[in-house]
Amino acid sequence: MAGGDDSWRPLARPLLIPIWVVIGVFSLLPVLLMAVYSFLTKEFRGGVEWDFTLAAYDQFFVTRGLFGDEPAQIEWTYITIFWRSIWQALICTALCLLIGFPTAWFIATRPAQSRGIWLFLITIPYWVNLLIRTVSLKFLIRDNGPLNEGLMALGLINDPLPLVNTNLAVQLGLFYSYLPFMVLPIYAAVERYNFALSEAAADLYASRWTTLREIVLPVVKPGLIAGCILVFVPALGAFLAPDLLGGAKTFMIGSLIDEQFKGSQGNWPFGAAASMILMTLVLIVLVFYARAASREGAA
Amino acid sequence: MTAAVHLQDVVKRYGSVTAIHGVSLTIADNEFFTLLGPSGCGKTTLLRMIAGFEVVTAGEIRLFGDDIARLDPNHRPVNTVFQHYALFPHMSVIDNVAFGLKMQGLDLAARRTRAGRMLEMVHLSHFADRMPAQLSGGQQQRVALARALAPAPKVLLLDEPLSALDLKLRQAMRVELKTLQQETGITFIFVTHDQEEALTMSDRIAVMSEGRVQQVGSARDIYETPDNRFVADFIGETNLLEVDVHSVTDGRASMTLPGGHPLTCPSASATPGRHALSIRPERVTIAATGELKATVDRVVYLGTDLQVLSRLADGSPFTIRLQNAARTTIPEAGATIGLHLEEGAARLLAD
Repeated sequence: MAGGDDSWRPLARPLLIPIWVVIGVFSLLPVLLMAVYSFLTKEFRGGVEWDFTLAAYDQFFVTRGLFGDEPAQIEWTYITIFWRSIWQALICTALCLLIGFPTAWFIATRPAQSRGIWLFLITIPYWVNLLIRTVSLKFLIRDNGPLNEGLMALGLINDPLPLVNTNLAVQLGLFYSYLPFMVLPIYAAVERYNFALSEAAADLYASRWTTLREIVLPVVKPGLIAGCILVFVPALGAFLAPDLLGGAKTFMIGSLIDEQFKGSQGNWPFGAAASMILMTLVLIVLVFYARAASREGAA
Repeated sequence: MTAAVHLQDVVKRYGSVTAIHGVSLTIADNEFFTLLGPSGCGKTTLLRMIAGFEVVTAGEIRLFGDDIARLDPNHRPVNTVFQHYALFPHMSVIDNVAFGLKMQGLDLAARRTRAGRMLEMVHLSHFADRMPAQLSGGQQQRVALARALAPAPKVLLLDEPLSALDLKLRQAMRVELKTLQQETGITFIFVTHDQEEALTMSDRIAVMSEGRVQQVGSARDIYETPDNRFVADFIGETNLLEVDVHSVTDGRASMTLPGGHPLTCPSASATPGRHALSIRPERVTIAATGELKATVDRVVYLGTDLQVLSRLADGSPFTIRLQNAARTTIPEAGATIGLHLEEGAARLLAD
């Protein structure tokens, strides 16, 4: 071989050890722990007993009546919560995409020196703790909050809009929390976009709308998909917004899991099982995306 | 006959900066027309205004008689070959070529047939299903050409299309472009800063500088009879001398060269006074009988040619080009030589 210095090769494996330790301790171990816990028996006042059982998964999917003596039926309670969570996360992703794309486009097409300022403005709220921001949002939209007071003062409404404890409020909270995760990756993609492509499309008789659909969106697609994943996955598991802005009817998976690990009412194996089911769902989505992406790459 | 493209007093301003100062040009149908000039001269801005990517500040752009100056680019029947190709990266070669046809509403079968024919024309048929990133620069260039020609535009605009290619490929593409233009009969408007490119391909050339057209003419016109100092200096190599014109009689100007040597040369419109005189290095021969004397500084060997760098009596630099033929006697550095100017070698310039 010409010129290559291979003397470092025997060192390659030892040098990788720190990375494996980090991945092992911070990524694989917690997941493994969660997987093991989901098959253990619940102990009162939290914690687990080392008794292998499928009880947690059984509780999630199956019901045998209030006293456990009826024939097994599908338990809809938790599936409904999951379904609501997925639905909320999907709507949140769609909203973020709808608002995030024009925002990212706007920033990416500003002169280079002012882009930094716009990005800074987008990220400013993130310097404040999510909990504080969510509580503030609640103050903003509650019955005697500035939004309702303002609308009433303007005479647009007579009674305050019942916003708190609704799906709409939860949605608002999710949207507000995750919008930047949509804007930033799309911004990165649009910033790299070669605007000569849009000129070429217009030159070849494409209207603005067609250019957007046929050229711009397909070319910046990796940014759109990255943004959607970055919004969908945390929105699916979110518990602050549903806890603080929602009520019993807006319960989401995040809150369900959160409750299982709190105080004496908790149920660690059940919480672990719900987490495993949630993770499986997310993994399925990611695998579908990865396969679609690799198919495209091969074409 | 109606001109393919007619520009009338076209002005482009960006805020307080004027990029194009009232350009008027008439480009005939079927012509290979080149906008030539150094970077920043406004040639690309002018082309982009014809394409519709830049809005004219004032003036008319007529395409076969119709004023198109205020139409959006997608409503102008002209197509562009972009400097860096601008191929759609997510589409195969054939889909790139067929894009304009799709926008024109042709059905799939018709699109495939015509796009296939275009690829054949640029010798890329077997690359139809590749992605642009899998092609070399020269191949991408030809795809861009096929894509722009596919919708059969009335006028094809080319924005420095060869500048990103290496020398050999560039030379081959020049011949190919010229052939293509003659075969298709489409008017080509070609933008370049490369004078060799302009001289070899164009029917006519507009030399531009600082947002103005300096001269329009055939390659021979602008090379041999430059109108002004800029054109003479920009096109090819020349000796520019400051001369004093004493008198003009019967279309001939009498003048004194730096160093005191007298000279007369044809001039239609010169007035007495100080002027620039252009003498092409290859129109001068070294002859013992030559009355204009120069001292040789250095001889540069260029293969086919020899470049003799010398100085006139007053010290102004003067270059002579000799063919490297067997009979050529090469002057020695330091020698004093006599120069003989052929009739028509010198041209008096307007400023």
